[in-house]
Amino acid sequence: MIQVDRLVKRYKKAERNAVDGISFDVRAGEFFALLGPNGAGKTTTISILTTTLAPTDGTATIDGLDIVREASAVRRRVGIIFQRPSLDRNLTGEENVRFHAVLYGVCPYAPSHRLMPEAYRRQVRELADIVGIGAEIFMPIRTYSGGMSRKLEIVRSLIHRPKVLFLDEPTSGLDSPSRRSLWTYLERIRGQSNTTIVLTTHYLEEAEQADRICIIDQGRVVSYGTPADIKADLVEEYVLVDAVDRPALRAELGRLRLPASGEGPFRVELDGRTTHAVLKAIDTPLNVVQTHMPTLEDAYLGIVGRTEPGSEVSADA
Amino acid sequence: MHEVSAIMAMAHRDLIKLLRDRTRLVADFAFPLIFIGVLGTTLQSGFGDVAGFDLLTFVFTGVLAQTLWQSAALGVISLIEDRENDFSQEIFVSPISRYSIIVGKVLGESLVALPQGIAIIVFGLVIGVQLSPLVLLALVPTIIVVTLFGGAFGVIVLSRLPNRRAATQIFPFIMLPQFFLAGIFNPIGNLEGPLEIASRIAPMRYAVDLMRNAYYGVHPDVIDVPLEAPATNLAIIGVLFVVFVAIGTALFVRAEQNR
Repeated sequence: MIQVDRLVKRYKKAERNAVDGISFDVRAGEFFALLGPNGAGKTTTISILTTTLAPTDGTATIDGLDIVREASAVRRRVGIIFQRPSLDRNLTGEENVRFHAVLYGVCPYAPSHRLMPEAYRRQVRELADIVGIGAEIFMPIRTYSGGMSRKLEIVRSLIHRPKVLFLDEPTSGLDSPSRRSLWTYLERIRGQSNTTIVLTTHYLEEAEQADRICIIDQGRVVSYGTPADIKADLVEEYVLVDAVDRPALRAELGRLRLPASGEGPFRVELDGRTTHAVLKAIDTPLNVVQTHMPTLEDAYLGIVGRTEPGSEVSADA
Repeated sequence: MHEVSAIMAMAHRDLIKLLRDRTRLVADFAFPLIFIGVLGTTLQSGFGDVAGFDLLTFVFTGVLAQTLWQSAALGVISLIEDRENDFSQEIFVSPISRYSIIVGKVLGESLVALPQGIAIIVFGLVIGVQLSPLVLLALVPTIIVVTLFGGAFGVIVLSRLPNRRAATQIFPFIMLPQFFLAGIFNPIGNLEGPLEIASRIAPMRYAVDLMRNAYYGVHPDVIDVPLEAPATNLAIIGVLFVVFVAIGTALFVRAEQNR
């Protein structure tokens, strides 16, 4: 559904590339997550894919269409929920949706909701009910909470039945209950329409629910695959052992063909073995045993740790 | 059909915005009335006899054109505001042509300027500006041309502005001098040298002069007030409109995409 090939973007007057040659692909119907710390280049990538930003180099296609040469056709096929709310606060919820439907050629314009085609009205009603804002859809946006605004944006982004729905940090600024219900709605929508979903986030636990994850940092792909692949790729599980009689231990580890390194303590890679099995095999009396089994979270923080974990509260660049 | 519908939606959105923004409504109507009421009457009582024609009428026609022109121009420039509160993302990611976006905006802001024109005319009638049915008839198409032209001027200004702060800062330089160069309150028939050139460059001049063509054309007793023939003004406005919209849109779109 989406092919990205060595995409590069350097902003005017910038010293380094915001996106530095990234490549990945997304299959039809997939739930795909772009994971990375703030400033990794996630929003830049999404902006290029949704044709609002011109790439410096590289190519990308969506549904077989080139995002630069066939921008208009691409726009018709994608929906996007921007990082910051992009609703017109002077209008009501339905007016925002109606405006969108007309811009996407779903139906011709009519100055009031009652004059709009029945099909449109039914769809608005259904979508609004799915996300739980059926009662407020005709209220001015000014009266909406942050969570309601997000839900309205979901309704709006789905009204033209996009093949791909991009969500750029959709949960930023939402409290936990709104966050959780947003996921439920996205799952429901995905189940009903088989829409391909591409999500950016800097929260690992959000990305872990995706079919595949692409971790990017400083404009480059760090790891890419299913959550299990990523884990195998990033997480290093090993056990540190040491003995008073180091030469004996080294010899025994060699005999057992265990991948060990170091001059003592020795680092034994687990490579799928359990710690228990490794320790049971060793006869040399050990005086040090240290297991190292980090979670995916630890591994992710290890990658992005350069940008200080915990400092990612501010808005993304 | 899709594009026409989208243009209508863009335009209607501006109208809704105006109607729901009370402060702007009041401000939009109060200023022209103060201009005409205070400046028109005091100028007439002070210098009317020297000028040889009615200065109240002169100021009235000038302010009518200036208000409509400027209102449409500033309205289009407000696309900058959309960019800052992120609504323009929603418009620019949609599949409609960039020209439709701009044309819809120009139409919408012209539509928004119309009630102001009507209010000014009503006020003119109240304070005794002579407005025969024939004049009113001539003013209708003129008002439409002037607002569309103002909107087009807004497009070219918008295309060169990075943000709203720049818009606020540049306003005194692009609008206020035109008040005088276009001769809203002051006759400019005898400007010389650089000032004459500056006046001829000021686009507002042609909007104001076209308005006076419409008014004084029907009142042939005072023929020497307009500077150019209506056809000349219309031709200049037509060319500038096309140039402003075409170049302005191209520049604006390029600036949006190539950040």
